[in-house]
Amino acid sequence: MATNFIGTPENRVDGRDKVTGNAKYTAEFHKEGLLHGVVVSSAIAKGRIKNIDTAAALQLNGVVEVFTHENTPSLAWLDLSYKDMDSPPGDPFRPLHSDKIQFNMQPVALVVAETLELAKYASTLIEVEYEVEKHRTSLADNLDDSIKGKGIRAGFTPPKSIGNFKEAYESAGVKLEVEYFHGAEHHNPMEMHASIVFYEEDGNLTIYDKTQGVLNSRHYVSMVFGVSKKKIRVLSPFVGGAFGSALRPQYQLFMATLAALQLKRSVKVELTRPQMFSFGHRPITIQKLKFGASPEGKIEAISHQAYSETSTFEKYLENIVNWAGKLYDCENVEQIYELVRLDVYTPLDMRAPGGATGIYALESAIDELSYKLNIDPLELRLKNYTEEDKGESKPFSSRTLRECFKQGAERFGWKNRNPEPRSMQEGHQLTGWGMSAGVWDAMQMPARAKAEFKADGTLTVGSATADIGTGTYTIMTQIAAETLGLPLEKVSAKLGDSKLPFAFIEGGSSTAASVGSAVEKVCKKIAKKLLKEAGKMEDSPFKGAGLEDVIFADEKISDKNDPSVNVHFSEIMRARDLQEIKKKYFLLPNMLKQNKYSRATHSAVFAEVKVDEDLGTIKVTRIVSAIDGGRILNPKTAHSQILGGVVWGISMALHEDTFMDHNFGRFITHDLASYHVSVNADMPDIDILFVEEPDTVVSSLGAKGVGEIGLLGVAAAINNAVYHATGKRIRSLPIRLDNAMKERTIKN
Amino acid sequence: MTNSERKDQPEAATFSVEKRKVSLTINGVKQEIEVEVWTSILDLLREHLHLTGTKKGCDHGQCGACTVLMDGKRINSCLSLAVMHDGAEITTVEGLATGDKLHPVQEAFIEHDAFQCGYCTPGQICSTIGLVNEGKAKTLEDIRDLMSGNICRCGAYNNIVKVVQEALERSRS
Repeated sequence: MATNFIGTPENRVDGRDKVTGNAKYTAEFHKEGLLHGVVVSSAIAKGRIKNIDTAAALQLNGVVEVFTHENTPSLAWLDLSYKDMDSPPGDPFRPLHSDKIQFNMQPVALVVAETLELAKYASTLIEVEYEVEKHRTSLADNLDDSIKGKGIRAGFTPPKSIGNFKEAYESAGVKLEVEYFHGAEHHNPMEMHASIVFYEEDGNLTIYDKTQGVLNSRHYVSMVFGVSKKKIRVLSPFVGGAFGSALRPQYQLFMATLAALQLKRSVKVELTRPQMFSFGHRPITIQKLKFGASPEGKIEAISHQAYSETSTFEKYLENIVNWAGKLYDCENVEQIYELVRLDVYTPLDMRAPGGATGIYALESAIDELSYKLNIDPLELRLKNYTEEDKGESKPFSSRTLRECFKQGAERFGWKNRNPEPRSMQEGHQLTGWGMSAGVWDAMQMPARAKAEFKADGTLTVGSATADIGTGTYTIMTQIAAETLGLPLEKVSAKLGDSKLPFAFIEGGSSTAASVGSAVEKVCKKIAKKLLKEAGKMEDSPFKGAGLEDVIFADEKISDKNDPSVNVHFSEIMRARDLQEIKKKYFLLPNMLKQNKYSRATHSAVFAEVKVDEDLGTIKVTRIVSAIDGGRILNPKTAHSQILGGVVWGISMALHEDTFMDHNFGRFITHDLASYHVSVNADMPDIDILFVEEPDTVVSSLGAKGVGEIGLLGVAAAINNAVYHATGKRIRSLPIRLDNAMKERTIKN
Repeated sequence: MTNSERKDQPEAATFSVEKRKVSLTINGVKQEIEVEVWTSILDLLREHLHLTGTKKGCDHGQCGACTVLMDGKRINSCLSLAVMHDGAEITTVEGLATGDKLHPVQEAFIEHDAFQCGYCTPGQICSTIGLVNEGKAKTLEDIRDLMSGNICRCGAYNNIVKVVQEALERSRS
């Protein structure tokens, strides 16, 4: 069929706009008279503002106003009003609310001027006097003051323990106890966060916001500023990357809205790159792992304990220690999650939140265990392969991890590996091979979609979701086109507009399964209506026919058994005198059915590194990533998502670290010169394969979502490869040159 | 006291930034532009001329999102003040296609899915064309090194490299 598109490697439907500069991102919309706002950030981590002098800035011609806590009107009173769809428990940060400083780089003023350059200059003239209080920002120094990591939050599952870890550990023949650490990371999408609030003549607000959920932004503005939702439209047609950073409304949205409402003018606020380090990060964790195993390699006891950071005002929760029972057939699993309140901004979901760091530690420790047992790391994983989720005591809705291990190992050539560390040496170059498993939740969220089929044969589908580079526009188009049997060119997908039907924030790899399914269903409703109308045509062969009797393809309804009996959509619309058919659909996940299963995506990652023993340079030279992501809707865009995930894993293993200077309680690597991310020169050969098994429990389309799974396991595989190359076990990320060097080169 | 009232006060400072006229040819169109001396080429393009295809990713020459071609060479437009370039010819991503026909590098970016979010893409495209013009890249390693001034946070590097390889092959034939 010429209109079968699900599972085919279509080019992105928004590709042309993106390569010509026509795709407009948030900061790029303009109307005459638009004002520019620049944010001033605090220089201390904790204390209060004694005095804030704005006079020098205000004297400049063209500076319109400076907003501080002193002249910000009292807004919503309840903390609840500041909550959003992605809020953790606690009291959300309120920008410009009081003189209190709760974290370093907290926004303390907004300078609004007629030009960007002037606003930037004026912002340097704001003088802030602080009363400094003693801050605490170190996780390691405050482990004895932790609180339980529990509470209610979307996507968070409180970790459970099963069996009796202590007993099983005590009696185990082989024991391992290790501790892992990694630094903080910041999302750093290439597009910096920005919001434009157009103040319309009727007082309505048209807002362009960098967001993964236009409805979340609308909700926030409405609640905080007491403006009716009907008067607010939030748009976000293109998002220049987000990776979780735009799940919550960030403070530039507050700032732009405040200024627009106060000045009754349109205002744009774009953060600077350093300010991209001021509103949430992947939290630092210290993880303690214990394994008990039989000498033959049966894992009998696992304890995974994580200490992580949160802010003083919110309790950030993520799934760090929830994974061991999903990967290993072990009856005694202890999972402990503790938080330490620090004077930092609340951590923020960052691609595979919790999993990326938890699995790094778990899968590195498993590698250590394999050496202790003298068993090949792949064999150890297969020996302890679990057919069900031990933690949840549920079967998996689908799982091809075993096959991922097999196919990945074959592609990589794992069987040729000499397990002995330092065994693959060429001159100064030490080669190492390592591997890891990965797992991530496969989620489906409620979603609405609408569709409009017109007499000219075009179809528009829409949902208030986002495309952050994930390919949402493209898969929505493919699904709609195939379901109704239309060419891609006749379908257009709409998203990123709060006027569209409800979709949850675009995160957690859930959009394809959620919005994708809603699009499929709404198109089925259009199809049903078309069939019904076809049945009403004179001498119609489709009288009384059901969807199961026919095929929708090539803009026609055809008899399933005799395709020569068919009717073109245009004939139906003409004969029935229809201008358009409009339908809506509300997808409510079948929780009853879904809750019977553990639903997850999986990965098997194999890595090769080369380490220069004298210089300590580490180069990842080869990655094979085998992915269980259910049915792949578009192999081209899915491949790109996994590719991106792998690059993130390399970056996490070797480069990324937002370094905190605890003297000031301030992240000091707050730009792209000092915060390193992987660049083109860091790239190895990356070989990606999908081991598909449609999962109709997760979604009727069979898709499980591939946004995060590409990242999971990559850092551990690299870490394990570095051990294999050097014989040195490194238990902190990023892996630094000095850690990988010969012992003799390390002084102190 | 509102700011407009403040400005009526006698002590209000008079503040202005010097403006100069520059002649720039942008995407083939010669323009006389009056520009404040503190305006970068990037801000001139994005904020003043509303040519928003060129992106701001850091404003400090650290990410390459703002890469444009100036007299055929790739530059970080955020690091250059507009007044310094009187008479220059600038090509941005908006000036690469001929009518409806995309530049081959643009076509290749779509075909190889050499982007996800698309935000670094205009810079990557201009950088690719600049790299070919330079004629220095001979090997895969050269390409990777010489494209490393353009960060792609979505991690499309390996697909971008395919585009560059094709572009180099085209330039040789």
